[in-house]
Amino acid sequence: MLHSKTFNKKTRGGRIQKLVREVYLRDDIYCGALFCKSCEDKSKARLTATASTILILDTNVVLNQIDLLENPAVEDVVLLSVVLQEVKNKNSAVYGRIRNLIDSPARRFVVFSNEFHRDTYVQTMAGESPNDRNDRAIRVAARWYQSHLGEAVKVLLITNDRENKRKATEEGVSAETIESYVKSLGQPALLDLLVQPASEDVIMEEVEDMRPSKRKVVYPEHKPMSEITSGLTKGIYHQGKLRVNRYNPFEAYVGSESIGDEIVIYGRGNMNRAFDGDVVAVELLPQDQWHEEKSLSIVDEEDEEEDVHLVPGSSDDAPRTSIPVSSSTFDTNPVSSRPSGHVVGIIKRNWHSYCGSLEPMPMPAGSGGLVYALFVSKDRRIPKIRIQTRQLDNLLDKRIIVAVDSWDRQSRHPSGHYVRSIGQIGDRDTETELVLIENDIDARPFSAQVLACLPPLPWSVSPKDLNESNRVDLRHLCVFSVDPPGCKDIDDALHCTMLPTGNFEVGVHIADVTNFVHPGTPLDDEATQRGTSVYLVERRIDMLPKPLTEDICSLRADVERLAFSVIWEMTPEADIISTKYTKSVIKSRAALSYVEAQARMDDSRLVDPVTKDLRNMNALAKIMRQRRIQRGALTLASAEVKFQIDTETHDPLDIGMYQIREANQMVEEFMLAANVSVAEKILKEFPECSLLRRHPTPTKEMLGPLLRTAAAVGLNLDVTSSKALADSLDRAVGDDPYFNKLIRIMATRCMTQAVYFCSGELSPPEFLHYGLAAPLYTHFTSPIRRYADVIVHRLLAASIGIYKLPTIFLDRPQLTSIADNLNYRHRNAQMASRGSVELHTLIYFRNRPTDTEARIVKMRSNGFIVFVPKFGIEGPVYLTMRGDKGGGEWFVDEQQQKIRKMDG
Amino acid sequence: MEFVNPEGLRLDGRRPMEMRQLRAQIGAVAKADGSAVFEMGNTKVIAAVYGPREVQNRSQQINDQALVRCEYSMANFSTGDRRRKPKGDRRSTEISLVIRQTMEECILTNLMPRSQIDIYVQVLQADGGTRSACINAATLALADAGIPMRDLVTSCSAGFLNSTPLLDLNYVEDSAGGPDVTVGILPKLDKVTLLQMLRNTTSITLLIQPYNVLERFAREYQTAGVSTWLVVHKKGIRAHIQAPTLAWLLLDFQLSSHHLKLVAYTGVATS
Repeated sequence: MLHSKTFNKKTRGGRIQKLVREVYLRDDIYCGALFCKSCEDKSKARLTATASTILILDTNVVLNQIDLLENPAVEDVVLLSVVLQEVKNKNSAVYGRIRNLIDSPARRFVVFSNEFHRDTYVQTMAGESPNDRNDRAIRVAARWYQSHLGEAVKVLLITNDRENKRKATEEGVSAETIESYVKSLGQPALLDLLVQPASEDVIMEEVEDMRPSKRKVVYPEHKPMSEITSGLTKGIYHQGKLRVNRYNPFEAYVGSESIGDEIVIYGRGNMNRAFDGDVVAVELLPQDQWHEEKSLSIVDEEDEEEDVHLVPGSSDDAPRTSIPVSSSTFDTNPVSSRPSGHVVGIIKRNWHSYCGSLEPMPMPAGSGGLVYALFVSKDRRIPKIRIQTRQLDNLLDKRIIVAVDSWDRQSRHPSGHYVRSIGQIGDRDTETELVLIENDIDARPFSAQVLACLPPLPWSVSPKDLNESNRVDLRHLCVFSVDPPGCKDIDDALHCTMLPTGNFEVGVHIADVTNFVHPGTPLDDEATQRGTSVYLVERRIDMLPKPLTEDICSLRADVERLAFSVIWEMTPEADIISTKYTKSVIKSRAALSYVEAQARMDDSRLVDPVTKDLRNMNALAKIMRQRRIQRGALTLASAEVKFQIDTETHDPLDIGMYQIREANQMVEEFMLAANVSVAEKILKEFPECSLLRRHPTPTKEMLGPLLRTAAAVGLNLDVTSSKALADSLDRAVGDDPYFNKLIRIMATRCMTQAVYFCSGELSPPEFLHYGLAAPLYTHFTSPIRRYADVIVHRLLAASIGIYKLPTIFLDRPQLTSIADNLNYRHRNAQMASRGSVELHTLIYFRNRPTDTEARIVKMRSNGFIVFVPKFGIEGPVYLTMRGDKGGGEWFVDEQQQKIRKMDG
Repeated sequence: MEFVNPEGLRLDGRRPMEMRQLRAQIGAVAKADGSAVFEMGNTKVIAAVYGPREVQNRSQQINDQALVRCEYSMANFSTGDRRRKPKGDRRSTEISLVIRQTMEECILTNLMPRSQIDIYVQVLQADGGTRSACINAATLALADAGIPMRDLVTSCSAGFLNSTPLLDLNYVEDSAGGPDVTVGILPKLDKVTLLQMLRNTTSITLLIQPYNVLERFAREYQTAGVSTWLVVHKKGIRAHIQAPTLAWLLLDFQLSSHHLKLVAYTGVATS
């Protein structure tokens, strides 16, 4: 079975080194065909008996046409190990997708380890390049397959490399390009999935006819990689990730470490075909071309992209005489000293698939079905993408996913191909799925391996849990929980007892998730990946499987549950005398909603223990809150709205602002206190590897828009410290009851988000949580729905010495990458919730034209932005007709934020 | 890095429980009393045995048994890049000691009192698993020298990478930083003479695996007893080795996730 063969390999590791590796060539690698008579092992065989054609793919076909391969029309595919290896080295995302196809029992994809098979191993010949050698290996394997399976089956090598195809035909292997193969399948819709071939590729001739004969250059050429590398070392070019302004796709920033500042890039011409998220090389423009303050307008896409509706033969490639430049809606402070530049090369593409829809266009007549269409992504940062389709009438009213393939200099739009359609535009399920895809949220059910990690159901506290030496029995305490109505994942509960000394014992009990989620298990890995639960208007996407979320961990009423408790002794003045951390067993007496809790507190007739405890806690919480506000904690506001959802149709019935009660604030206060206490404890024990949460102090520039708006209404805000800001926000009360709230919403928007970080990465002054005015903060209180809390639970358990610290905490880069992922997931979850709310708002108003009051929050040269407090929505109101740049009868003064009628 | 691909093949085409090809030759050094060259894949080791002979340093003489000495070294050309290594560095001192102790266990030293046996082992080409190869070579050389032994020691290593136990690591796998265990057994006597675990890793994360392996090993050892996990196919090898023939030795360790089973096959191919 073992056949040894040795070959030599040279690598460079600073110097030339000769490496010798053995290769054991085997005779126990099977072809994977179910009908094969000579191969014994059929356990991995997938190729069906009915298959008349077996496909062998070349590396580039796999790399480029993965969207096509994922379509179930393509089956009976053999993937050679040499191809997989090349794919893995070139693009790990595609490799992951092809591996999924191989693993999927529904598909008929097999792997053939040709590199270790006795008859298909190929040794590099003298003077042969690795590429040629691999191509030859593919042909040898194809020939082996043909002779192995006999004449009954046609083995077809799919390659778009002309030379490879010629050689294959010479050697007696039938070969075809992917295009001709797909055409032979007779399913025109499949052709849409094909990647548009780059200009020098095989079927260019056909494309050429359809394109305008004179191709003009729209974009400057990208510099070759060697020049970029030398330019970067010399300091002429600057490397960074391109981020396109969310509100204005014609403006982008590159955060450059080499000049320690952000480089602004104005216009698509300067962006030079870079997408959001690409790593690019930027050259600074001469200082006199740095942009001064420009007109601020509500960016209206229509203005920028005239006559881009294309039909075959029309010119979409006409060069732009001038690149329109306009500034963002929100960045109103372009400082003239800000360096601006232009992209000279793209170091790493961030292309992936995008969701959106096709730009409405008339059906062209007599084009034989094949048309070019422009795809408009839902994400405004992405330029329009040109795709080729044969099913235009089918796609026009659909939400579709499109992948980008290339963007050459002659084309104003990148070209891409259709991947799949999600559903009808405007359909609730379609749009919800779109929100999930856009925010990279995994809403798939949990895998069997993950579910295997769950304890058997029905679960209850066992004597073993009770006898655990580290676990304290707190079942006698009067514990209760207060949550939003209908909450099923209850991760926190409280208790408050009066001590004989007159002090209070206050406990915060958090679901002991880490008792069930152990590090290194598939369950833990999945939760790390998901990072957080996502709350949409009509559904919840859990971080942990449902049995844990809703039952085993959830601190429901009248059942015994495991908890991790923080217990303080407090004076009636809410001063903390001592803090104790322990794992515990609790039995909740009541699961209240905020409304219920509030009603109990307000109803003076009630004197049951839970109500008395509630009142005591509320009194303490009020003092704590007062103290926190004195320290300078900000009360920020968001335009959060609440939907009433029809239980049958899941359509929104009513909509209104979220009401905050004293009970909410009471619970919040104790959760904050618990988080702060835990943060102190874990940081003391593990100063290098704690997971904390910080909220950076906003800079003067960030607060600029707020100050200008405030100044426009004659309000003077003091932003020297969080305390000063909080006070001046409190003083900002106008005649309008919503005025204060609007100012607070605006203040919230000016600040950056709070982020998780690893304590070893920053110095202690940077740990500050600005919004809460807390020097230290972390998340401990919601382990069911946030993974950060799970990590903190493990840290806390280790710091009180009941468990060993999982080894991952000693690996700081990995901990930092987990923190980064949590921030990313957290942000995405928020965006998805917001997207879902937005969607439901739209559905709500679809059939209900409504008159309501609104407030103007911002002026622009062609209109203003209004906020509707009742529904929490914001939108532009145009004073001029769309596309009409002239001021019309209105005169707008942006600096003064005033608007006048011309004749008035 | 992926050491076992999803198809279950290692970087060099072996499956996790397969060894590399073994080659052995007796009588490679004419002047020595016994000698052997032993190869495991690209690892090549030469061993020479002198003795039993008079003790050179009288003060070391033992009155009721023979003195066994061992010297291990690596040829300067044994690794790809030429490096001049001082003899007697920590690593070679340690391996010398390991080989000596392992061999002492199986030589019937009490039959040769007041005498000395010298074992010289040199690595000609290193590609992982040198420790095991040295022990196997030394055994063959001792047998060639006709030194009375309880049994022939056979040795092999196993490691743990990508959550998979791998038998007989080569250099690439060995330098991946995972834990590995070297075992030496006396197949006829059902005894383990060498069990060494190397934690050649810098990260503490990776240290957990060897602990698990060792724990499992120790538990199996205590509860089940040696004989149940050590299945030996007994076939005399000593008789054939007296003649300078090519001996093939195949060892098959099976280290599965729940039990450790050692299977040793010995066979002879006459030239």
